Amino acid sequence: MSPVNYVYLAALLFTIGAVGVLVRRNAIVVFMCVELMLNAANLTLVAFSRIHGNLDGQIMAFFVMVVAAAEVVVGLAIIVMLYRSRHSASVDDASLMKL
Amino acid sequence: MESLIGLLVGFPLLGAAVLLCGGKRLERTGHWLGVLLAGASFVVGAVLFFDMLGKNADERALHQHLFSWVPVESFQADVAFQLDQLAMTFVLLITGVGTLIHIYSVGYMEHDERRRRFFGYLNLFLAAMLLLVLADNYLLLYVGWEGVGLASYLLIGFWQHKPSAAVAAKKAFLVNRVGDAGLAIAIFLMFTTFGSFAFAPVLSNATEGGEGKLTAIGLMLLLAACGKSAQVPLQSWLGDAMEGPTPVSALIHAATMVTAGVYLITRSGAIFNAAPDAQTAVVAVGAVTLLYGAIVGCAKDDIKKALAGSTMSQIGYMVLAAGLGPIGYAFAIMHLVTHGFFKAGLFLGAGSVMHGMNDEVDMRKYGGLRKYMPVTFVTFGLGYLAIIGFPGLSGFFSKDQIIEAAFAKGGTQGWILGAVTLLGAAITAYYMTRVMLMTFFGEERWKRPGQESAEPHPHESPRSMTIPMIVLAFGSVFAGGLFKIGDSFVHWLEPVTQFEHGHSPLSASVVTGATVVTMLIGVGTAWLQYGRRPVPVTAPRGSLLTRAARRDLLQDDINDIALVKPGEYLTRGLVYVDNKVVDGVVNGTAATFGGLSGRTRRLQNGFVRSYAVSMFGGAAVLVAATLLMRAV
Repeated sequence: MSPVNYVYLAALLFTIGAVGVLVRRNAIVVFMCVELMLNAANLTLVAFSRIHGNLDGQIMAFFVMVVAAAEVVVGLAIIVMLYRSRHSASVDDASLMKL
Repeated sequence: MESLIGLLVGFPLLGAAVLLCGGKRLERTGHWLGVLLAGASFVVGAVLFFDMLGKNADERALHQHLFSWVPVESFQADVAFQLDQLAMTFVLLITGVGTLIHIYSVGYMEHDERRRRFFGYLNLFLAAMLLLVLADNYLLLYVGWEGVGLASYLLIGFWQHKPSAAVAAKKAFLVNRVGDAGLAIAIFLMFTTFGSFAFAPVLSNATEGGEGKLTAIGLMLLLAACGKSAQVPLQSWLGDAMEGPTPVSALIHAATMVTAGVYLITRSGAIFNAAPDAQTAVVAVGAVTLLYGAIVGCAKDDIKKALAGSTMSQIGYMVLAAGLGPIGYAFAIMHLVTHGFFKAGLFLGAGSVMHGMNDEVDMRKYGGLRKYMPVTFVTFGLGYLAIIGFPGLSGFFSKDQIIEAAFAKGGTQGWILGAVTLLGAAITAYYMTRVMLMTFFGEERWKRPGQESAEPHPHESPRSMTIPMIVLAFGSVFAGGLFKIGDSFVHWLEPVTQFEHGHSPLSASVVTGATVVTMLIGVGTAWLQYGRRPVPVTAPRGSLLTRAARRDLLQDDINDIALVKPGEYLTRGLVYVDNKVVDGVVNGTAATFGGLSGRTRRLQNGFVRSYAVSMFGGAAVLVAATLLMRAV
C-alpha cells in the first residue's frame, strides 16, 4: 500500500476535525475535534517521514504529542471551570468577549 | 522746586489708591480725603506757579526725571515730567476746577452709598489728566491718556445698575480706543522718524522729518485728539456720556478729558506747523464740529445733552484755533481755560437744577425756576453770558480772538473759517438762550394742578454745591478780561507755543462788532421762539433738521450702518463658517470614523467558532498563497 494514502486519510481526519470545531457547540466535542486535527497532523508527519526515509517527522510527532497532552490538561481545566460557572458546556454561551 | 512736580500727580494718585483700596472704614470720611488731596495738588500747583512767575520767560520750564522706565538701547522710555507754561496752565485748570467739582460732589453725591468709590475715581481722573499734561515724552503722555480713558469709563458708568449708563460707558471707551490707536501709531511713527518720542528731540527736529511723514504723524495725532475731544467723526460718545453723575460731566467737559485733544495738538504744534496738510485737516475738523455740536445743542430738550452739544461746539472752536498754527495756539488754550470756568459752572448749575427737581432733565418740564433757585440762577446766568460772548465777560475775549484769528488765516479759507466761527457764535447764543429761557423763565411747567404731591419742590442746593458755582461764576466773568489785559496770556504761553500776529482782512473792531451783532441775532431769535411764546410741554414734531438734530444728526445711525452692521454681519458670517465649515470638517471626520468603527466592531461577536472560521480562513489563504508562489 502506497504511503500517500496515509496522507489522504490525514487530510480526511483534519477536515472532519475542522468541521467539527466550526460546527459543534459542545465544548468537549470541539475539544475532541481539536485533538483529531492534531492527530491528523501527526499522521501526516509520520507518513512524510516514511516517504522521505528519514526520522525528522517522527521526532516532530513526539513533540506534537507532548504539546497535545499539555493542551489537554489546560483545555479540560478551562472547560470544567466554564461548566461550573455557567452550568453549560456550550461554547456559544461563553461569548462575553465582544464589544 | 523740581521735586514738587511729582507731588502734583502723586497726591490725587494716593487719594485714588487709598479710597479704592481702603474699604468700608473710609465710608464716612473718604470724600473729604478726596477733596483734601485734590486741593493739596492745587496748592502745590499754585506754589509752582508763583515760583514760575518770578523767573524769566525762557527759564520757566522745569524738568524732573523720576526714573528710567524701559531703557533698551536707543529706546529710552523715562518717567519724567516737564512743567512749562503750557503744562502749568493745564495744571491750574485741572486742579482748580477739579477741586471745586470735588467740593460740589460732596453735596451732590450725599445720598449715594458708593460715594467713597466715586471720589476715588475722581481722584484717579485728576491724576491721569495731570500725568497727561506733565509728561515730557509721548509714551508717558499715552499712559495718562489711557488713564483718562479708564477713569472716564468708570465714572460715566458709575450708575452701572442702569443699562443705559453701562452702555454709554462702553461706548465712550470703545470710541476712545479708535483715537488711542491713532496716538499709538503716531508714537510709532515718531520713533521710526526721529529715533525718540520725548518732546524735546521730536519737536525741535520736527522740520527734519520730511513732510510726508509729518503729515502722517499729524493726521494720527488729529485722530487721537478727535477721540478724546469728541470731534467729528469720533464725537458720538459725548452725548451719551451724560449718563454719568453731573459732576462727572462737569469734570469731563471743563477740566479733563475733552481738553486733552486740544492739549495734544498744541503741544505737538511744531509737527503741525511743518505739515500744512495736517493743519488743514485740523481746521476742517474743528469747523465741522463747531457747527455740528451747535446744531445738536439747539434741538436737545435734555439740559445736560444741550450743554454736551455746546461743549462739542466750543472744543471745535479750540481745535480750529489750534489748527491755525502759531496765530491760534494761544487763543485755543485761552478759550480752553475760560471755557473750563463757564462750562464747569453751567454743568454744576444744571446739576443743581436737577438736584432741586427730582433729577428731571427735560427742560420742557422746567420753567420759572429763577425764583426758587436764586444762586443757581445768577451763577448759571453769568456762565450763560460768558459762553455766548457777552461783551466784557471771559467768553467774549477768548471767542472774539479765535474769530479774528480765523479771518486772519487769509485767502478763501480765512473767509470761510471766519464765517463759520461767526455762524457758530450766533447758534451758540441761540441754544444757550433757549436753555436759559426754558429753565429759569416762563411758566412753571413742572406744576401739576390736582396732583400736588407728585410735583417736584424746587429748592436751592446746599452750601457745598453753591460755593463752587459762585467761584466758577467769578472765573467766568473775570478770567477772559484778566488774560486780555496787555495780552498777558499770549505772552505767558509764547515761549512754548510761539505766537505771530495774524493780519486780518477785517479790522479788529469790525470783527468784534460782527461778533456782538451775530450774538444778539442768536439771542433775539431764541427769545422770539422761547421767550415770547409759551414753551409746549411735549416737544412739537419739528422740521426735518430738528428731528435729525434730536438724534444727534443721525451720528448713531451712520455709525450703525457704516461700522456696526458690517461688523455684525462679518461676525455672523464668521460664526456661520466656524459652525458649518470648521466644525463640519471636524465633526464629519469624527462621524465617519465613528460609523466605520461601528461597522467593524460587529466582527467581534464573541463566538469562538466565528473566530475559528477566520483563523481557518486566514490559514487557508496563507497556504494557498504559499503554494501559488511555489507554482510560479
